[in-house]
Amino acid sequence: MHARSNTAETSAAAQPLDAERQAEVERIVAAHTNVVAPLMPVLQAVQAALGYIPRAAIPQVARGLNLTRAEVYGVVTFYHHFRTEPTGRHIVAICQAEACQAMGSAALTAHAKRSLGVDYHEVTRDGVFSLEPVYCLGNCACTPSIMVDANVHARVTPERFDEIIDELRAAAR
Amino acid sequence: MTTVYVPRDTTALALGAERVARAIADEAARRGDDVRIARNGSRGLAWLEPLVEVETPAGRVAYGPVAPKDVPSLFAAGFLAGGTHALAHGLTETIPYLARQERLTFARVGIIEPTSLAAYEALAGFRGLRRALELEPPAIVEEVIQSGLRGRGGAAFPTGIKWKTVLAAPADQKYIVCNADEGDSGTFSDRMIMEGDPFVLIEGMTIAALAVGATRGFIYLRSEYPLAQKILTDAIAVANDRGYLGADILGSGKRFDVEVRMGAGAYICGEETALLESLEGKRGMVRFKPPLPAISGLFGKPTVINNVISLASVPIVLDRGAAFYRDYGLGRSRGTLPLQLAGNVKHGGLVEKAFGVTVRELLYDFGGGTATGRPIRTVQIGGPLGAYLPESQFDTPIDYEAFAAMKAMVGHGGIVVFDDTVDMAHMARFAMEFCAFESCGKCTPCRIGSTRGVEVIDRIVRNEERDKNLVVLDDLCTTMLDASLCALGGLTPYPVQSALRYFPEDFGLEPAAAAGPDA
Repeated sequence: MHARSNTAETSAAAQPLDAERQAEVERIVAAHTNVVAPLMPVLQAVQAALGYIPRAAIPQVARGLNLTRAEVYGVVTFYHHFRTEPTGRHIVAICQAEACQAMGSAALTAHAKRSLGVDYHEVTRDGVFSLEPVYCLGNCACTPSIMVDANVHARVTPERFDEIIDELRAAAR
Repeated sequence: MTTVYVPRDTTALALGAERVARAIADEAARRGDDVRIARNGSRGLAWLEPLVEVETPAGRVAYGPVAPKDVPSLFAAGFLAGGTHALAHGLTETIPYLARQERLTFARVGIIEPTSLAAYEALAGFRGLRRALELEPPAIVEEVIQSGLRGRGGAAFPTGIKWKTVLAAPADQKYIVCNADEGDSGTFSDRMIMEGDPFVLIEGMTIAALAVGATRGFIYLRSEYPLAQKILTDAIAVANDRGYLGADILGSGKRFDVEVRMGAGAYICGEETALLESLEGKRGMVRFKPPLPAISGLFGKPTVINNVISLASVPIVLDRGAAFYRDYGLGRSRGTLPLQLAGNVKHGGLVEKAFGVTVRELLYDFGGGTATGRPIRTVQIGGPLGAYLPESQFDTPIDYEAFAAMKAMVGHGGIVVFDDTVDMAHMARFAMEFCAFESCGKCTPCRIGSTRGVEVIDRIVRNEERDKNLVVLDDLCTTMLDASLCALGGLTPYPVQSALRYFPEDFGLEPAAAAGPDA
């Protein structure tokens, strides 16, 4: 549908994690020693702490949880919300599902791509925004919907989209 | 002191409820009015959100949709005493959209503050659990069987039968898993329960645990619902603190612990076996069945896996008795279904009705037609795997069997409305595209068939050997229907074939050619 960046798969060698981030991953793994089936919660915590799941963190997580690197890599790449590349400061996700399509999400998406100057899975040049597709935010009675970080916005017109973006961009300066 | 309710539900917040709450607090402070702002869930009247309610001696009076700029005039109109205003709707309970509903599962949603245990208990909360504690496990299961409750996630399997299998399965450990991976477009009833009345889900899961002998439960929640995560987690903490969960439920000596686990954006994890794989920390790949999860589910142990609405409907069944619930509905579809009006609809929102209400009543009497004011051309019911219905089918009652008979499905009760500008060939293509994007890849009909489906639809629309490609599409859909491992590949043909059958002109065909793929 929207080809995901395959940089993670093709880059020859992952950059090693710096000491600080290595310690953070270590802390997260250690905090989950008593959790049943800890892989998903650990990956979610790593992404929350570092903004994404660096490839170099995969062997470390695997070692810490007594799993193979292949198992961890397989899980990271299965789920749409796990990211192996850094994102912009804010993640803007536009719902592509039917209830939003019925109220013009295709036009909104085209506008967003034009206005931000990026395609899906890309970061704006100023590093403030990542643009992503999403399939249903559960706000289907007031569409089209977008989610900016953890906040859903309803009935988003192109004008409203620009207002939201301008506000965040101004705050990011 | 006057209590003013401002919802903290995702839709209300997405329409500015937080700013409205702040504006009311500021204005009250400025005027020296003694106001308590309560944060309830949503009543489900989405087009009136943010819907502000004021507690008066006569009952709660509704105002909406309220913007921050309306707040000074609301105060000036005496809204704290229920005064009239352009945005006033009178007593909330008398708004026809609400008054015409049968709210059993949603009895408290929008009324109470979600994590207030006192408010929950005051409105019959935990009465079902108290009754369950007085019953032997087989009697609890029997009550649920007798209620006629069927799985509200979409598959409509009888909930009590599932429980009976788990009860009969000997094991040192059993699990209750709540499927809160509500991924169908056009659905939000699970989210509204979790955000608006989380204790009813906790109570339902606890009753399930008592019924089958489980001691541990997981709520698998989609990552797109961060607010539900917070409210559920808070509610679980309160329930643990007050002895409704934990080592000794209400002094019974029975144990039940619940935790919330988050998904990571994979639609397929709403399929029960893929969900279990994900909970175990693996890729969300669908499992072969048998064995059923009821026999060998989470970590290979007997597991009850039910949708949020199924579990949240159990407390009222135990509290009021199976017959009370069963008396609603028709045929083999008993009780009520929370329907969700979504997409291009004027009055979108949550409508809980007994089975038997027709699609037309929902679309026009409740929904008020389209938001754009144009004619309704079609509705998709039951999520992205549900059929598109033409106007000629709008008199069909909401009933699992009536829908199955016309190759459609009620599913999770989402109704997405489209006006006459919709391109049905595009929607059919999207169904295949979505399947390709979300396929777990385990079975060939779904993994490959969906991609081939997109290509074939493109050829039909471009009029490349159209007749031959129609045959290929029909054959492909048959293969997917019959040979897919789960409902994703197995039901994707529903929207595709219904679009083609009822709207052939959008594919460049004569309306008369519609009969072909129907056979």
